[in-house]
Amino acid sequence: MIVARTGNEAMAEAMRQINPDVVAAYPITPATEIVQHFASYVADGLVTTEYVPAESEHSALSACIGAAAAGARVMTATAAQGLALMHEMLFIASGMRLPIVLCLVNRALSSPINIHCDHSDSLASRDSGWLQIFTENPQEAYDTTIMAVKIAEEILLPVMVTTDGFIISHGMERVELIDDDKVPEWLGERKAPYTLLDVDNPITIGMLDLQDYYFEHKRQEIEAMNNALPVIEKVQKDFGDTFGRYYPIVDEYRMEDAEVAVLVMGSTGGTGKVAVDRMRKKGKKVGLVRCRVYRPFPRERMLKAITKVKVLGIMDRADTLSTLGGHLYNDCRSILYESEARPLLKNYIYGLGGRDISIEEIETVFEQLLEIKERGRVDKEIVYYGVRGE
Amino acid sequence: MATLKELAQQGEKFLSGHRACAGCGATIVARQVLLAARYPVVVGAATGCLEVVSTIFPYSAWKTPYIHSAFENVAATMAGVEAAYNALKRKGKITKEMRFIAFGGDGGTYDIGLQALSGMLERRHRVLYICYNNEAYMNTGIQRSSATPYGAHTTTSPAGTVIPGKLQPRKNLTEIVIAHEPAYAAQATIGYWNDLVTKVRKALDAEGPSFINIFSPCRLGWAYPPEKTVAITRLAVETCIWPLYEYEKGKYRITVKPKEKKPIEEFLKFQGRFAHLFKLKDQTPIKEFQSEVDRIWERLQKRCAE
Repeated sequence: MIVARTGNEAMAEAMRQINPDVVAAYPITPATEIVQHFASYVADGLVTTEYVPAESEHSALSACIGAAAAGARVMTATAAQGLALMHEMLFIASGMRLPIVLCLVNRALSSPINIHCDHSDSLASRDSGWLQIFTENPQEAYDTTIMAVKIAEEILLPVMVTTDGFIISHGMERVELIDDDKVPEWLGERKAPYTLLDVDNPITIGMLDLQDYYFEHKRQEIEAMNNALPVIEKVQKDFGDTFGRYYPIVDEYRMEDAEVAVLVMGSTGGTGKVAVDRMRKKGKKVGLVRCRVYRPFPRERMLKAITKVKVLGIMDRADTLSTLGGHLYNDCRSILYESEARPLLKNYIYGLGGRDISIEEIETVFEQLLEIKERGRVDKEIVYYGVRGE
Repeated sequence: MATLKELAQQGEKFLSGHRACAGCGATIVARQVLLAARYPVVVGAATGCLEVVSTIFPYSAWKTPYIHSAFENVAATMAGVEAAYNALKRKGKITKEMRFIAFGGDGGTYDIGLQALSGMLERRHRVLYICYNNEAYMNTGIQRSSATPYGAHTTTSPAGTVIPGKLQPRKNLTEIVIAHEPAYAAQATIGYWNDLVTKVRKALDAEGPSFINIFSPCRLGWAYPPEKTVAITRLAVETCIWPLYEYEKGKYRITVKPKEKKPIEEFLKFQGRFAHLFKLKDQTPIKEFQSEVDRIWERLQKRCAE
């Protein structure tokens, strides 16, 4: 069925079709609509979910953890401060290897308080042991939310699926929905290896794990993350074979003969692709790489993509506040260390607090990257793009 | 009324071999509560002494399903477990009757966990929340909580040359819980095991959220000989420092009425945490503590008469 949906509506539709056992959530702009839509599905009997309208995000994720440990299929949604309040519980969810799916609507973290998009919220949680998949549009948000359930339950790690606040969450686009009965059929039931509700076989979860065991358990979790990429790839292929929409780990656009490229995440993928087309019309050999799966970081695929060009503009919608630039920039510099082919890198920190990034601005980035290619050197590695006073 | 014989025949769900101190009140609470449960139970614990002493990997003292996730959220975690149970039962994936019990210390309940507890009560999750109340943060080494009584010495409300211990009276958490109109609420203590067992059974049969605040001495933090644990709880009841009462269907009832109300000194004098009060030239702190206890006891009696 083809419909017009915002990102939030698309994610809520996915949740309705998934029909999780438990949803525990708390309202926060710009993710509130997901929770609202879901509450109406519960009220109208469209889902059989036990819905827990928690009194905070911390409690929402805590309830998700309890429910997932009890064997339920569990989902939640949040943004920015909500994710920050969940921070403690993010690590506990992943450390307990609980396959929770979280719809995250990217919003700038306070302070100053702001409700619009940047990636500072999810990127501040990048080391929490959650998979992070950044989507480009409502269709991808919808499809990825469904896939995330399967990915999480196979890897036994929680998954965060993100959309850009307002840009995707409130932007309406064409979305192709899967038939209601096909989603649960494709997902199957959650089969938890151990659950709290098996009272005849009692288990203890969340033990005190000291010097003699903690490291081994953490090592297993690291190994699960190390093994996650092939599972994501398998699920994405299976999804494509079943429903006809295929997704990459790293999205490459007109990269075959590109000399310079930008690397982006989220909705800037869409804006950037238009900029690439315009530049191509002018005869400029430019391309775009979009990091879709951000955690685990797709080292090999990313290397393969970015080493195709001589100059790479890495566009980060957050800063690490470390003097070292943005997150993607640091990840890419790290993976390029052993690489023989090493493009010149320039880091563009842009769009903080929802500052718009236009097609023209990305075209200007391309012009600058082409100049760098001609000169053969980068004068200033980290720039703040689209901000007064630069 | 439970009999000791009946309880002795009930299989233990909280086993020996854990690492609690000799004379620990919290572990007696866990054992008595689980012995009282006539249903299979899933247990959650907040971070704290009980959690730390009972689940050091790879050993667990819990012969019943158990989860610990963090400090401030055992009410929310168990609300999630109960939600999962409701969902899976509705879908026919679970058929067994079972109950859910959350254990938190006073730090995890009165202070950092108050919001999650309030949420659990307001959303009417059918969970029994047990506060094992030892009146301070004992696991981190005896720091004041909002359950710490007036005058008590703790490491963060030390009895100094100028300030004689904690200057504020205890928060009345049981009344805060009752303001949520739970299905059942009570105060209990381990020295009155039959009263405690009866309350746990009532709470587990109540259709809705329930809460029992269980006075649970800590021999280390209160500084008394370990063999006095049970005796101290009896003195707490006899002095009306810890009244045993319940709240059910809108009615208050005192469940154990002391024959004669003893002065609080009888309770205070056994414990090192109050020793400094007796050395003061000015006995005002003890008098103020006594008048606070009297005021709350009288108010409680009035509520029971209503």
